[in-house]
Amino acid sequence: MSKSINIVSSRAVPLRETNVDTDQIIPARFLKATSRAGFGKNLFRDWRYANDDESQPRAEFVLNNPTYSGKVLVAGKNFGCGSSREHAAWAIKDHGFDVVVSSFFADIFRNNALNNFLVPVQVTDEFLDQLFAAVEKDPATEVVVNVEAQTISVPAAGLQSSFDINNYKKTCLLNGYDDIDYLLSIKPAIEAFEQQHK
Amino acid sequence: MAKTLFDKIWDKHVVQQIDGGPSVLYIDKHFIHEVTSPQAFQGLEKRGMKVFRPQQIVATADHNVPTLQQHLPIKDELSRVQVQQLITNCKNHNIELYGLGHPFQGIVHVIGPELGVTQPGMTIVCGDSHTSTHGAFGAIAFGIGTSEVEMVMATQCLMQSKPKLMRINVEGTLNKGVVSKDIILYIIAQISASGATGYFVEYAGSAIRSLSMEGRMTICNMSIEMGARGGMIAPDEVTFGYMKGRQFAPGNGQWDRKMEQWKELYSDADAKFDVEINIKAEDIEPMITYGTNPGMGVSVAGLIPGEKDIDDKEKPSFLKSLDYMGLQPGSRIKGKKVDYVFIGSCTNSRIEDLRLVAGFVKGKKKASDVEVWIVPGSKQVEKQAIAEGIDKIFEEAGFQLRQPGCSACLGMNEDKIPAGKYCVSTSNRNFEGRQGPNARTFLVSPLTAAVAAITGEVGDVREFI
Repeated sequence: MSKSINIVSSRAVPLRETNVDTDQIIPARFLKATSRAGFGKNLFRDWRYANDDESQPRAEFVLNNPTYSGKVLVAGKNFGCGSSREHAAWAIKDHGFDVVVSSFFADIFRNNALNNFLVPVQVTDEFLDQLFAAVEKDPATEVVVNVEAQTISVPAAGLQSSFDINNYKKTCLLNGYDDIDYLLSIKPAIEAFEQQHK
Repeated sequence: MAKTLFDKIWDKHVVQQIDGGPSVLYIDKHFIHEVTSPQAFQGLEKRGMKVFRPQQIVATADHNVPTLQQHLPIKDELSRVQVQQLITNCKNHNIELYGLGHPFQGIVHVIGPELGVTQPGMTIVCGDSHTSTHGAFGAIAFGIGTSEVEMVMATQCLMQSKPKLMRINVEGTLNKGVVSKDIILYIIAQISASGATGYFVEYAGSAIRSLSMEGRMTICNMSIEMGARGGMIAPDEVTFGYMKGRQFAPGNGQWDRKMEQWKELYSDADAKFDVEINIKAEDIEPMITYGTNPGMGVSVAGLIPGEKDIDDKEKPSFLKSLDYMGLQPGSRIKGKKVDYVFIGSCTNSRIEDLRLVAGFVKGKKKASDVEVWIVPGSKQVEKQAIAEGIDKIFEEAGFQLRQPGCSACLGMNEDKIPAGKYCVSTSNRNFEGRQGPNARTFLVSPLTAAVAAITGEVGDVREFI
């Protein structure tokens, strides 16, 4: 997993589905691994294949459509709802995405994504519609996400929007820090807290 | 200043507030299980660290354990390895494990409360979204990802931004045949599967107060299904009565001191919530879901929405969902033939749920072409059911009483619903493939599940009581 992320400039894959739950992103039967690696091949497994041996890819599913590729996944409202499985974020990242754009993210998924340097970019419903339209009109179009500037744009279509990101999390993304590094650095404060918390 | 129940607990647990960023929140109790913990232990070991406060962690095996012949080695190799990994990790890090064969083993959200580990005023986390269940005791409890499991193992803290607060008031008297599962399915149907995203929810009102602890846990359990970070209910005499004398509840020497703290745990009369929603208990009927997210629910006696009732933007997902379920817009679910009935999961596998089902089926037989699986939430629930003779009632009805685990709720073990088959289920999710690839799930209360088991079709419990 590559740590630290700022500018992602790439083609995008449009997934026109709302309420994409983590059971679709990675079905439960693929959660039995004990390492973080290799989940990408089971990303959207049951939407990608009609059967379990991968011999029947569903042509209509966007990941099987050679027209689209890239590091940006664009999805409908309420992405990542359901289970807390971080395997969903691992699978998306492992498949090669660095950014997920939606008009709404489930809370646990958003945290999991940030902890894995997968950038959840939340935009308005209107912008999302325009983004879908631009990508579907020209699959080669570049989408540019700038974490530092907190912007997402499609230069060819003249689209631009800003997005919110917590300042602390932004620093983590830009510098490749994770929360554990920070928490370990304040361990004396935690121990002092415990003394009076009893 | 007036505080909400959430504020009172949150404020007591903030170790540090980062400028323009999250709070460092201290965690009192951390539950772990075999599926979301291995990579966290691995991460910790990579850093050359030991678990910081092992005595504040409780471990169990639940997600992929078999529900038959648990004394034998697990057949599925990957499941066996994962469960074995948990045993090794807990041993290496000195963590209490209620694994297979232990009298306390069971679904993580069932055993915490029944053992008295879950207590009012605590902050509680687990690598499982249904951790919201524990909020029924007046605790801040929420699900986390594996990186966060690692954080809590390393430091007993989490970086958390304070969520917005929502209060849902359910006032009035519940109708005949309506139980707590119907209340929460009704609420989610009202506000949608994403209606509470970004919020922590407090449930209040006379109808909530009237519920038992088991009923309250069912409500809080499904808070995540409307996107809420968690749900909570202020503790009261019902809470204290449930807790007293439980294995790890404060003993006599501690009880009175704890009670003093717990009695302060309520939202002040003039406390402000970001959103308040009022629901009339009288409006709630026995509920069922028809689609592929828990927000797609209607009265068992009602109609699936018609195409014209759905917003144009939502229509493709709505139609795809009904196509998956093999149902027509505007049609009735009542009378639909069912193939499987599953009574279990962290939503509805407690002793009260089993009693409710047993009370309905006593002296009756299941429909001949329905398979009925009853999966108790824990060894303690199983033991209690046997002590009360509930096992005999199920046996005579032709039900299979299995051994504790998550089972067909998410089908990580052998308990899967075959493709295309209909399952009436007391679990919490009807997502595509949740109970097995292409399985079709109707979410209901234990009472409505009992009706389906006996009649072989979706029915309205009010016609039978």
